[in-house]
Amino acid sequence: MNNQTLYDKLWNSHVVRTEADGTALLYIDRHLVHEVTSPQAFEGLRLAGRKPWRTSSMLAVADHNVPTTGRAQGIADPISKIQVETLDENCAELGITEFKMSDLRQGIVHVIGPEQGATLPGMTVVCGDSHTSTHGAFAALAFGIGTSEVEHVMATQCLLMKKTKAMQVLVEGKLGRGVTAKDLVLAVIGKIGTAGGTGYAIEFAGSAVRGLSMEGRMTVCNMAIEAGARAGMIAADDTTINYIKGRPFAPQGELWEKAAAYWRTLHSDAGAQFDRVVKLDAAEIKPQVTWGTSPEMVVAVDGRVPDPKNENDAVKRGSIEHSLAYMGLQANTPMTEIKIDKVFIGSCTNSRIEDLREAAEVARGKHIAANVKLAMVVPGSGLVKQQAEQEGLDKIFVAAGFEWREPGCSMCLAMNDDRLSPGERCASTSNRNFEGRQGQGGRTHLVSPAMAAAAAIAGHFVDVSK
Amino acid sequence: MKKFTLLDGLVVPLDRANVDTDAIIPKQFLKSIKRSGFGPNAFDEWRYLDHGEPGMDNSKRKINPDFVLNQPRYKGAQILLTRENFGCGSSREHAPWALEDFGFRVIIAPSYADIFFNNCFKNGLLPIRLDAAIVDALFKAEASAPGFHLQVDLEQQTITAPDGTVYPFEVEAFRKHCLLNGLDDIGLTMQHVDEIRAYEQRRKAEAPWLFV
Repeated sequence: MNNQTLYDKLWNSHVVRTEADGTALLYIDRHLVHEVTSPQAFEGLRLAGRKPWRTSSMLAVADHNVPTTGRAQGIADPISKIQVETLDENCAELGITEFKMSDLRQGIVHVIGPEQGATLPGMTVVCGDSHTSTHGAFAALAFGIGTSEVEHVMATQCLLMKKTKAMQVLVEGKLGRGVTAKDLVLAVIGKIGTAGGTGYAIEFAGSAVRGLSMEGRMTVCNMAIEAGARAGMIAADDTTINYIKGRPFAPQGELWEKAAAYWRTLHSDAGAQFDRVVKLDAAEIKPQVTWGTSPEMVVAVDGRVPDPKNENDAVKRGSIEHSLAYMGLQANTPMTEIKIDKVFIGSCTNSRIEDLREAAEVARGKHIAANVKLAMVVPGSGLVKQQAEQEGLDKIFVAAGFEWREPGCSMCLAMNDDRLSPGERCASTSNRNFEGRQGQGGRTHLVSPAMAAAAAIAGHFVDVSK
Repeated sequence: MKKFTLLDGLVVPLDRANVDTDAIIPKQFLKSIKRSGFGPNAFDEWRYLDHGEPGMDNSKRKINPDFVLNQPRYKGAQILLTRENFGCGSSREHAPWALEDFGFRVIIAPSYADIFFNNCFKNGLLPIRLDAAIVDALFKAEASAPGFHLQVDLEQQTITAPDGTVYPFEVEAFRKHCLLNGLDDIGLTMQHVDEIRAYEQRRKAEAPWLFV
């Protein structure tokens, strides 16, 4: 067959059996585990007297609850501490590989999987975390699951699911100066909406996507879930294969050759049909900033806060009014006039070495503005942190007034002590601007790392393409 | 898992689109290693006027009288009527756990986020999709009739309104079967252990690097 989509190929190669109504039993190659969504699954397994099917498919790490300062003192919050210790105990008991908090390889689960070569093209990858879509950047079928499904995969190495529709997001052309993978994906979400991808697996394609580094591709696939799609994916090519080569979990020698040859077949065929195709011109994408409480509430940085009066749909108008009230914003305010209180550079969307380089380049030789109370950089893993320090990025950030922290999810979801206070406004490189996401009453504007750094320096948003 | 067959329940309207799982159950409550007890913190930031943390005595907290779930007329509601893209965001199954623990058995909305939708079925919670126009009509009907109840019949796949109007709904055959019988997915999959092993053997020959 030469008319298959990448999604077809990944799906078909993992079907164990199919029920009469089309529900398939899908085999899972890689199961990533973190401390928040796994304890109830481990307990369920234990109560049922079951054992994990294949522990070698699992890789565990604590990332959501870990502190980003004072690691040596351990976790101060006793409830968080118990959750992380529970993961440690479960992994030790069952012989599951875990990168503990003190391990240099510890980091955000969606950063360490690819970094270790544990995420490979052609795999099915799951994790009890919606941002598992990140791993689709490697031509893998990767998606987030709930805790019941975490237990199901542990017990059976499979999941029961139905194939979704396929969408192609085609971005042709060249991204302009100061325009990044983050802006590309925010522009896609702005175009199709946060439910635009519901019921679809999205393949991102086109010359602008092929031109992205693996870090950029991960940023794009990471936010497929913010467009409603459980899985995002990108075809494998030399960029993919070169990134994987030599990583600890990657195949070697003869196996490497065999694997790489297979990986080169992981793309949609020329005659492949998609249920929906969305096209964007890369040259038209400008740096993006969200203004509301849903990632689809986004505009170009040279735009203005929208006016609900211009919205005819009553439900949508209500959402805009509600968001503006929560965000403390006036309609028609130019985005570049919005002042910020805090800056967060990190998260599974934007905490990789390339993200830190982009931000450091903007911050080099400058200092954060007087109105910025806190600007923090949280590397995605211990290895990213080490690499950044070898390149001297930490020194650039610290000299510019940023705090240089230990790796973890941090203020993306504010489960640890890193959070916004009520009313505080943050330029954040994370993925969700929901109410209360970064702390109750906190106001989040999603941006690229370069934009976050520029906002920290200026104290407000600035057009980084100029 | 709890069975779901038939329900005649009070409807509470949550008139918002894109209600995310962070709103349904805020992150601080995800630190629990248990599967139950999330109900008192469902919609915590909207329900209470103070900041909630795990371990607080919720009965002593100041409630937000404006929030719909706090209004006395909706006490005991088992059906949540809401808008587009309900349950978007994080995959946290704590969201359906919180809704179920609060007392909900059915959600009615024009659309749901995929992961949340899936998680509901694992917890005896039935998410029903209806056309946006019908949902809109139900919002209006509820607003004009205090104590508005709907009858949900999973076997027949129908919702019956007090005026006798019947709204049919779709549900995948396999999910319906599991929910009607309260079946445990893992138990069902374990019946196919031989097929899983056969797949693994085949796959090991094709792609041995996946099994290193």
